[in-house]
Amino acid sequence: MLSETVTSMTTVPGPVAPEQAPRARDGVRATPRGTGPRPSARPRSRRTRRAVLGFLGVLGFAATWELFALAEVVNPSYLPSFTTTARRLVAELGEPRFWSTLGDTLITWALGLAIAVGAALVLGTVIGLVPFLRRATHSTVEFLRPIPSVAIIPLAVLVAGLSREAALIVVVYAPFWQVLIQVLYGIADVNTVARDTARSFGLGRAQRLRHLVLPTALPYVITGFRLAAAIALVLTITSELVIGNPGIGRQIDLYRSAPDAPGLYALVLVTGLLGLLVNLGTRAIERRVLHWHPSVRRETPR
Amino acid sequence: MTAVRRTLASAGFTLGLPLLLLLGWAVATRSTTTIYFPTPARVGEAFVATWLDPEILGRDVLPSLGRFAIGVALSIVIGIAAGTVIGSTPWLRALLEPMLEFFRAIPPVVLVPVLMLVLGLGDTMRLAVIVSGSVWPVLLNTVEGVRARDPVLVDTSRSYRVRGALALRYFVLPAASPQIMAGIRLCLSIGLILMVISEMFAASSGLGYQIVFFQRQYMIAEMWSGIVLLGLVGVVVAAVFHVVERRVLHWYHGSREVSRG
Amino acid sequence: MADRTPLLSVTELSKTYLSATGPVEAIRSISFDVYPGELVCIVGPSGCGKTTLLKCVSGLLPPTSGTVTLDGAEVTRPPATMAVVFQEYGQSLYPWLTVRDNVALPLRARGVPRAERAAVVERALEEVGLSHVLRTYPWQLSGGMQQRVAIARAVAYQPEVLVMDEPFAAVDAQTRADLEDLVRRVWKDLGVTVLFVTHDIDESVYLGERVVVLSASPTVVQEDLAVDLPAERDQLGTRALPRFTELRTHVYGQIQRAKRGEQVGAA
Repeated sequence: MLSETVTSMTTVPGPVAPEQAPRARDGVRATPRGTGPRPSARPRSRRTRRAVLGFLGVLGFAATWELFALAEVVNPSYLPSFTTTARRLVAELGEPRFWSTLGDTLITWALGLAIAVGAALVLGTVIGLVPFLRRATHSTVEFLRPIPSVAIIPLAVLVAGLSREAALIVVVYAPFWQVLIQVLYGIADVNTVARDTARSFGLGRAQRLRHLVLPTALPYVITGFRLAAAIALVLTITSELVIGNPGIGRQIDLYRSAPDAPGLYALVLVTGLLGLLVNLGTRAIERRVLHWHPSVRRETPR
Repeated sequence: MTAVRRTLASAGFTLGLPLLLLLGWAVATRSTTTIYFPTPARVGEAFVATWLDPEILGRDVLPSLGRFAIGVALSIVIGIAAGTVIGSTPWLRALLEPMLEFFRAIPPVVLVPVLMLVLGLGDTMRLAVIVSGSVWPVLLNTVEGVRARDPVLVDTSRSYRVRGALALRYFVLPAASPQIMAGIRLCLSIGLILMVISEMFAASSGLGYQIVFFQRQYMIAEMWSGIVLLGLVGVVVAAVFHVVERRVLHWYHGSREVSRG
Repeated sequence: MADRTPLLSVTELSKTYLSATGPVEAIRSISFDVYPGELVCIVGPSGCGKTTLLKCVSGLLPPTSGTVTLDGAEVTRPPATMAVVFQEYGQSLYPWLTVRDNVALPLRARGVPRAERAAVVERALEEVGLSHVLRTYPWQLSGGMQQRVAIARAVAYQPEVLVMDEPFAAVDAQTRADLEDLVRRVWKDLGVTVLFVTHDIDESVYLGERVVVLSASPTVVQEDLAVDLPAERDQLGTRALPRFTELRTHVYGQIQRAKRGEQVGAA
């Protein structure tokens, strides 16, 4: 099977596109001799084909879900059909309460993300620019970073009660380390040679920071931001679910204990769509900010 | 002489700040009376008394770690297997890509209520929670790693007729291994989080359950010792991963160092 | 030569790619034969579709029309009796395998028993002068040595036809001269048939027993030229021969004509 499929991976030189249309199988040539250039199968149509296939995949998923539910493999009060869930989702979208719940989640997310990114930027820059601090903090950062953020939920609840503040402690923790590490790597990447060159041209400290450190570190920071945004959303909904501060996560738990399965599944779909939007949004920001600097765009190599 | 000094300096840099922080903690908790922040010594005592107690170790700690290990192992196996198939079948990839993106975007924790509803409480549900959240990074990274094989190596393997299981073992999987390992690192941290979460919900044993229990009982030092334990587990898992990754990807790090000059 | 049957025949081969801007005719029509034991060089201006031709010949890419036959059978996928050395030595070796395992993997794929495999690998690495780096990884070697490993892998495969796609385009001049002599030696020692693609006119004349000159794209065969230089060749003596100069001047002229032809054709 592998030797078959690798065919399509074969690239051809130059700006021409790889073959996609009928392919040799089992040594039998798919195209008869002397037919000349094959029609169609242009890149545009291939993109259309991908989109169509992807759409079919979504339809297939919905259909599988529907059949699975109709066959009652699982108790129907635990697994509503896709259509029931979809109808419920539309109904939720018409409810003002849904939007205020969503708003709660988004506010917690945005606050947590802003605090994490802000703190990490300031601390990361200070630590990154002072070699002594870098060496002194390395072991501590490496120790604190892998601590699972949910481990501090009980502590957060103890200190701040069942509140948004408690949720924020949890939401800030993991993205903070993510961005901090990216900032540290970004500043470390500022080529010492380039820095020396800049110094020899008489750039002051502030100018060096502006013309050298920032452009080099920015791609790392933006990537850190993208990852942090996704993690913060996950933690926002997690903390709502576990701590019980208002938001989509708490509503999901309420629907579970009701039990209101269609509502539960509808909100799970909402969280997926929310995550998708955040991912697409931050990727678009990344592309916009870094379009001038594609060569340095990469994630922390470890 | 200089070697000794260098070793001392590096030890100082490694241990300096942690010791300072510990000292600061001790001083701060000595002078104040807040119940939320016990002294380090008190937390240390609670740690030994709680987590090294054979009963708790056998009832809560080891089963939790066992579920974590099994869940993560299942995620890795399923993720690599499915990712390899999807990554090497273009039409299948095009078909599944939007749904996979969607599943990846769902915060793994919201699947806990769903799985509780469908599977009830118990080990199956807890395992399912871990797998349902941590399989995605492995799967998606494997798809990407398998898809983005070097075209020259693809041609090389084809012309030397390296196919089937041999190609899988010596070409496809090693070529994708840097991405797969990156996925496994994510899988481990998500798995650990989900292990704890699945036990914080309506469970009667496990690490996550115990920590929440201590918090509700205002057994503050015990709760802190639980956080320390989870932190230690996280650090140990990260360290073990680091060692394994260095071994598996030694060629990758080596060749990158060479190409960087 | 005419009374022998060709080992490899390329007949009216053409290749048209489909690109975003419409079909691109890379190869219009190429025909030539390679007889057993020959060393044939294919030379042409850059961008004339040499790599495309080699991919079709080695069964990696289906031609749009025309055929490639090896030993009388049509090539529709990589044949078992052909070994390929690619231009990109840095990418054609498996970086996670040692030099020895890189050379041995195709033999494993063919099911050669372990003991025999070890012996063949060792002999092949000895042939290219690399018996001391068995356990090294390719990326620890210089570019020239990496290409030697790729040649050793091809040699160990014991092919009837050895196909080389501009293998020395990316190595320095000194290494290149050594590798050229290595190809001549391997060809003589093993009696293998070699199809060697290059853009370097001197290299094609120095190496080949025959030179097939390609035109600019859309490509046809410009000339099929026998190289009547002595069989024993060395970098200093052979390149100093008046006949060598004549031949390279001739091929150079042909390629210039090919380029002009392209411009006339395009206008």
